[in-house]
Amino acid sequence: MIKRLFIFMILALMAVIFFNLASNYTENTSLSKLGHYYVEKGPLEIGAPNLVTAVVVTYRGLDTLGEVTVLFISAAGVGLLLRRSRRKQDIDSQDRDNRAEESKNSHKPASEIVETATELLLPMIILFGIYVFMNGHLSPGGGFQGGAIIASGTMFLLLALPESHISRLMIAITESLSGFSYVVVGVLGVIMAGGFLDNRFMDLGTYGELFSAGAIPLIYTFVGLKVGFELSAVLDRFRQYDQNEDTDSV
Amino acid sequence: MNMLTDFPISLIVLCSGLCLILLGLWGMLTQRNLIRIIIGFSLMDTGIHMVMVSIGYVTGGTAPIINDAVAMNEAVNRVVDPVPSALVLTAIVIGLGVTAVMLSFAVRIHKTRKTLMIDKLTESKW
Repeated sequence: MIKRLFIFMILALMAVIFFNLASNYTENTSLSKLGHYYVEKGPLEIGAPNLVTAVVVTYRGLDTLGEVTVLFISAAGVGLLLRRSRRKQDIDSQDRDNRAEESKNSHKPASEIVETATELLLPMIILFGIYVFMNGHLSPGGGFQGGAIIASGTMFLLLALPESHISRLMIAITESLSGFSYVVVGVLGVIMAGGFLDNRFMDLGTYGELFSAGAIPLIYTFVGLKVGFELSAVLDRFRQYDQNEDTDSV
Repeated sequence: MNMLTDFPISLIVLCSGLCLILLGLWGMLTQRNLIRIIIGFSLMDTGIHMVMVSIGYVTGGTAPIINDAVAMNEAVNRVVDPVPSALVLTAIVIGLGVTAVMLSFAVRIHKTRKTLMIDKLTESKW
């Protein structure tokens, strides 16, 4: 009972703070000084029409590198938490194909409509993801959004065809390579332009075209691939752990 | 108070965000099921994102994308602040990572203890 009272008091105090915040709120009528600078100079300096991208990839590029690192660590953490026990892993590496056969039997197959729809839609979903991260400097979207769309394609695949096998080696290689390339692009900015993750070591090109804004499309492609494969790996981990438990209980 | 008469759109977003934060906090404090606690966290996360986005809004502003729709010379007066949007983009990704790790903890706990109720997990109680 006293705990309930305590919770209620905390919430009431928070509500008072929030009410004061909201009642003194007045909408901005002009940009902040920093925002003003980015909006005024961004298109000329960076060459990217999408200013959020200009801020995320270039002005605050180091934060984005940190963000990618956090995502990588959390994916690694999920992998560590949902790993199988050692004994099982040995068996698993010996006859993974047999297990794939087993799990095929343990799952009810999806209906033909779902399977056909998956085959039809999956390439389009992945293509749309690639479109979103390639056009991150021109339109709303970017590496993280495109990566999430690619991962949603993987989710779709895992739901419709639960027995489909995703190569973990391929995921690991693509992920590491794109993460590494991202850092290499950042270092190239130090050597050939103004600083770490400076996009201007490549030609800025014509404003508003696909291959413009220096290295931004390149960086966002790497980020998109890395995020897409990382999230796919997380989804695959959850699924495999689930299957593992299924075979345990049998 | 004239803000009640002309209710700015960002205030609506701000208030909804603050309500979501409270709702999420309530869920995290009162629920006993781990999955529900994680849902409370996600709600709070979303609320914080909404508050951050609403702070960056400028009256009558549009998306900070400078192309045919918004000319470069008048952009300063017509777009919203790009900095909070960029911060929210970062925050969403971090929130996703944290939620994934929390859920995998929940899966692990369910595997070893066969329960998700925190009342049954008494080792960490003090």
